[in-house]
This record gives sequence, C-alpha cells and structure tokens, in this order.
Amino acid sequence: MTISSNDFIAQSVVALQEAERLRTRKELGKHMPALRTRAVEEFGDFEGLREHVANVRQHALDNLDYYLPQFEQQAIDNGNQVHYARTGAELNDLVLSICQRHNARKIAKGKSMVTEETELNHHLERAGLEVVETDLGEYIIQQAGETPSHIVGPALHKPEAEIRELFLDKHPLGPRELEDPPAMVEEARSVLREHFLSADVGIVGANALIAENGYSLLVTNEGNGDLCANLPNILIVCTTMERVLPRARDAAALVRLLTRSTTGQSISCYTSYYSGPRRQDDIDGPLETHYVLLDNKRSDILASDYKDMLQCMRCGACLNHCPVYIGAGGHAYGSVYQGPMGSVLTPLLSSLEESHTLPSACTTCGRCAEVCPANIPLPDLLRDLRHDESRSKLGSGRWRVSMKLHAWVSQHPRLYQLLTGLGVRTLHRMGRRRGGFSRLPFASGWTQERDFPAPQKDTFMHQYRKQAAQDE
Amino acid sequence: MYWSFDLTPTQGVVDHLAATVILALSATPLRLVQQKDSQPRMSESQQPQASQRFQVHLFVTCLADLFRPSIAFNSIALLEEAGCDVTVPMSQTCCGQPGYNTGDYEATVPLAKQFIATFEGADYVVAPSGSCAGMITHHYPRILEGQWHERALDLAARTFELTQFLSEVAGLKRPIEQRSDVGSVTYHDSCAGLRELGIQTQPRHLLNTLCRADLKEMERTDVCCGFGGTFCAKMPELSANMASDKLEMAQASGATTLAGGDLGCLMNLAGRAKREGIEIEVRHIAELLAGDLATPAIGESSQS
Ligand code: SF4
Repeated sequence: MTISSNDFIAQSVVALQEAERLRTRKELGKHMPALRTRAVEEFGDFEGLREHVANVRQHALDNLDYYLPQFEQQAIDNGNQVHYARTGAELNDLVLSICQRHNARKIAKGKSMVTEETELNHHLERAGLEVVETDLGEYIIQQAGETPSHIVGPALHKPEAEIRELFLDKHPLGPRELEDPPAMVEEARSVLREHFLSADVGIVGANALIAENGYSLLVTNEGNGDLCANLPNILIVCTTMERVLPRARDAAALVRLLTRSTTGQSISCYTSYYSGPRRQDDIDGPLETHYVLLDNKRSDILASDYKDMLQCMRCGACLNHCPVYIGAGGHAYGSVYQGPMGSVLTPLLSSLEESHTLPSACTTCGRCAEVCPANIPLPDLLRDLRHDESRSKLGSGRWRVSMKLHAWVSQHPRLYQLLTGLGVRTLHRMGRRRGGFSRLPFASGWTQERDFPAPQKDTFMHQYRKQAAQDE
Repeated sequence: MYWSFDLTPTQGVVDHLAATVILALSATPLRLVQQKDSQPRMSESQQPQASQRFQVHLFVTCLADLFRPSIAFNSIALLEEAGCDVTVPMSQTCCGQPGYNTGDYEATVPLAKQFIATFEGADYVVAPSGSCAGMITHHYPRILEGQWHERALDLAARTFELTQFLSEVAGLKRPIEQRSDVGSVTYHDSCAGLRELGIQTQPRHLLNTLCRADLKEMERTDVCCGFGGTFCAKMPELSANMASDKLEMAQASGATTLAGGDLGCLMNLAGRAKREGIEIEVRHIAELLAGDLATPAIGESSQS
C-alpha cells in the first residue's frame, strides 16, 4: 500500500483551491446524505436492522476460527479453490501465478478495494498482463492513470469535460461529439463489452462470504461484476477474511443496510451470489474459480482495541457525511481509503508513522458515527489513534508540550487564575476597540483564517470573586 | 460506480428534511437515556427542606471564564430564575478537552479526577456548553478506571448542558409580558451537544418560550462549523472553509443573529465572519435567553 497520508494538510490546501471540484464535492455532501436519509426513513426500523447486523458480524468476528474454516470447506465442496494471503504481496503473487498457469493475457476486473489496497494491477501489468477495470468509475481513473478519490465512487473528482477528453483521447473511434454523460456511458459500455468477451480471467471482490453454503455475495449497479464473473473461463474472487457471515440470510440483511447507506437504494441493481465453477448442465459460468483471502494486518486489528473497524462494510456513508472529506477531497488522504474510515484504516493497515496526520483530520463532529451502518464509533477510534500518536511522540512537539503545560497549569487553580487573569486583561485592553485581533503571535493557526474575538474586561472568576467580596 | 448529479431547485427542501430526520432519529434514543439518567441524587438531609429548589453547581467552562464571562453571569441569572441555588466552585479550571482531543489521555486523567472531586458534592452540575458537558458525561467514564470510573458515571448522571437543564429538569417558564424581543435568530447545533447529549429542540423551545424570537432555521444546521478544538489551528484552511459554509447558510436564513450553545464554535464563526466581512451578530444562547443584548456580540467592539 503506497501512501502519502502525512502530506494531508498540504494536499487538502491544494484541493480547496480547485474550485470546480470543490463545488462538485459540496453537491455530493448535500445530495448523498439526503438520499440516504430518505431511504432510511422509508425503511422504518433502520436502527433495529443496524443493530442486528452489527451483532451478527460481531459474532462472526468473535468466532472467525469457526466460520472461516466452515466457509472454506463449503467453498471447496462447491468446487472452488481457496487460498490465504498473509500480505498484499502474497495476494498479488497468488493471483499472478493463477493467471500465468492459464497463460492468461487479459484480465477483466470488477471493483475491488482489496486489490486497490494491494496494488494488484501494477503487479500484473509488470508481468506483462493487460488489466481492464470494468466498473465505470474505476475504468475512468485507470484510463487517466489516477487513484480513487472515494471508496464507492472512485472517479467522483473528475468533471464531465475531463472524462470526455479522456475518452476522445483513449478510444480510437474517430471524430465524434460525446455530447452528454449518456453518450459517454454508451461508449464505455461498448468498449468494455469487447474486453469482457476477450478476457481470460475475471477478478472481482466480495461484499460477504457465506459460511453455511460457501457462496460469496457481490453488489454492483452496473452488472460489470457478473460479466467479469461469468464470461472468462477463470474467476478469482479477492477479498478479506472479515467478510465472513454465518448464514445466507445475514448476507441479505447486510445488503439492506449497505445499499441504503451507500446510494439510498433499497437494493442494488445487481445482487449476485457466486457458488463456484460451472456445473455439468450449466450453460455458462467459469470453468475454474478461486478465492484469495487476504489478511494484511487484519488479524492484528482483530486482536486490538480497534477491532470495531473490521465491521466496516465500505459503504462510503462516512465520507459523504464528513465535512472534512468534502473540503479536502479524497486524494488529500493519500490512501486508497479516505474520509473517516480511511483515517482509521490507513494507519492500521500501514503504520502510524506514515499516516499520523490523518487521525487529526477530524473535528470529532460525530456525523460519521451517526450514519455508519456498522455502528463503528469512528471519532472515538480516531481519538484513540491520536492517543497512540501522542504516546509514541509522532506529532508536533510544540502541540505536545503546550498540552502538557496547559494540563499542568489547570491542575493549579490559583496559578491558573492568576495567569489567565493577567492574559485576559491585557488582551481586553489591546482588543476592546476593534473587538478582536487579526493577528496574534501565539495563535497564528487561528488568526491565519479568522479574527480572534477580544475577551471581555476580566475573567469570570475574577469578576465573580470581586462581586462576592462586595456583596459581603 | 460513477455518479452524476441532477440537482433540482427543491434540493434545499430535501436537504432540510433530510437533516431533520437524521436529527430526529439520532436524538430520540439519546433523549430517552437522558431522561432515565436525569434522576437527581438528593442526599437524605436535603430532601425534606428541598422545597423544589435545585442545588446547582455551575461549571463556567474555561472559554467562558476567559473570553466571555457574560455567558456565565447570564447562566446564573437563568438558573436562579428557574429556582436554583447556584454555587460556583472557585477551584474549577478546565475539563481537559484540549489535551483529550489531541490524544494526551495521560494529561487528561488528573484533570478529570480534579473535576470530579470538585463537583461531585453537587446535586446537579450545569455547564453552558454541550462539548464540556459531553466531556464529563461521555468521555470521563471512557478514560477513568475502577473506582474513578464509577464516580465519573455517578457525576455524569447529574451533569447537564444549560438549555437541557433549564427545559428538561428545571422547567423554566416566563410570563409573556416578561419576554424580551431578541430579533431574528438562527441556531447552530454544535456537534457534541447535538450528538452526545441530544440537544436540538431544547434551545429552540426556550427561545420560543422565554423570549420573543423570530426563529429562522438555516439549512443543514447539524453540520460542523469547523471549530473542532485544536483542529481549527492545526488545519486552518479546512476549518475556515467549513466556517464559511456555515456562515453562508446562516446568512441565507435571513436571521440577524447566529446563536449557539458552545463558545468555541461561536468564536470560530464570529472570527471568520469578521475576517470575511459578513454582518451577523454571533451570540451564546444564554445571553439571548436572559435578554442580554446590551453586551456587545462576540467579536464586536466594547467601546462606543
Ligand atoms: S466506516 Fe461505516 S460509514 Fe464508513 S464506509 Fe465503513 S461502514 Fe460505511
């Protein structure tokens, strides 16, 4: 996982200056929450569903040693091959070796965050394979050579005009207008159709693995996942072990929660369960199917205080509702995972050294936790990561020292009141005429963007003490 | 997946409904819990002579202490009007939020213990700030262990934000002829108060029943103003962008006063308004409820 998360601040400042993209994000920040709210409202007991699924998933995580082998056995009985990858590199090698065993040249890929995490495409391309992303958003950023800016809508940052230019440039289809989004979608569709038909291997992700029957679940809105999974002769499902759910009905419950949280849909356009290779009298389907289950530190997370994060279902609601994400944009996070979920997950999957700026990219407003379908206490986890940062002295020394000093003085009420009294009276004298300061030497972070309101004439404590003395 | 948006003029209405529903959904369970928790803990000796007077210890909060004592004075006036005996423990300082939110739990623990020791003799603790009340009710129990954890929970059950206490516990009412005109007001729901304590209807209810206020709701009143404690100084550009959005929505509401229950947020908004030359009076809810419009608004000159 290549990351540039510690440059978050500089990257967000750049993003704030890109007016058109910022405007798009702000529309997203209004539009998506409204869609979600409507869907939640129509559902009725969403809270009950949320709690139910969270309990089931917690149970599955607590008993992974039971459900994972159960899934594996069922999947093998269905004719699948099951592989485990400890690291991203192991997953990449496993996938490459399957492709090479079949002399594959072209891979059609469905949307998969796990393979974004492991940078599988680069690995396969370096070995000379052609990889085509078939989710429209993923396809766009692949053509543009960019990284996803949103876990659900990876090309969200790209304005229409840029996509038009990109298609005109990349598709050798002669002069044409591509006047509107439907025309562009139509073109992508016909280009992708050829790839589906000529691919040797299909790779998809999974939204859930079902222990009782060994199936995997995939939701998409474009149907590209099904084409990847059914047209090529070889199918590889790349996912992670915490996707395991005990029963098929748990997966159905998960879908109800997931699609409403993601796009406000009551169900995705395509909701597919994959069982395994083509059986004798099936008319289509792959001849050989593989599961590659990635760990990449998830066992460590499971054993840590951050295990709630494994409940994340990658719905993207926390991004859509996060005012920091809306301002900063996905690329500022310097990771394939962005927004609140990314600020928790990136340090856990990489290291806090490389990404300790992310947990501070949050006002702890709590809007994410309010909408998270998995009930993950994101602000608490982010604060706990700051605690880890503080203990390992990774952040700014100036902040650390000033917090210690503040805490020490606050433990000495007399000294505290003496110092604050002196400071406040001085600030009041200096600022009362204007009402505030446009610059203050010890608060430049504040005054860079806003005035600092001048205090009233004295601290409350002094005034109150004086008043009490007079009253006696 | 690729999304494109078709934005219609009704968007604002949808958003507003959306926000209201999220709030209603999120606030309901919280409020239920609050009601359960709001049983006062009266000592034996106080019960017979309690005669409906509430014994309240005021947590001034460090920001109000330093920058805007009028909030605390007006809080005292309101509490006394509601029939409370108000005590201000003189050894109070800060609840420890700055250190806590930057992850320095080690520095926060002694402050939390100090706070509990200072205030636990009270029947009720009231603070004119949702985030400070939330710190005590939600976060002290998180970072304290053993016996201190129990003491934190005990105090949490008796700790309230000002508007919450006035409307839910003390039930403050005021005859119509004593209600003063506070003009057109839009209320910003500060995050901790809203999401940790379920404060949303209380300040609005009080504005309507203690004053003559022309309440004008802004769009997405539940979205953060960008203050976030140290966030506003660590990531000033992002913070300012959020404050500007909030001010834009406040202005669009047509209200002349922007009110809220947390001084941190209000200083952020008032400071940003000044910097951008946006004309809106920013005030703490306690000032409006007490009818104190004589005190200059936040960030306004105190010299005529
Ligand atoms: S953390 Fe919650 S809201 Fe965010 S993507 Fe994961 S499940 Fe969705």
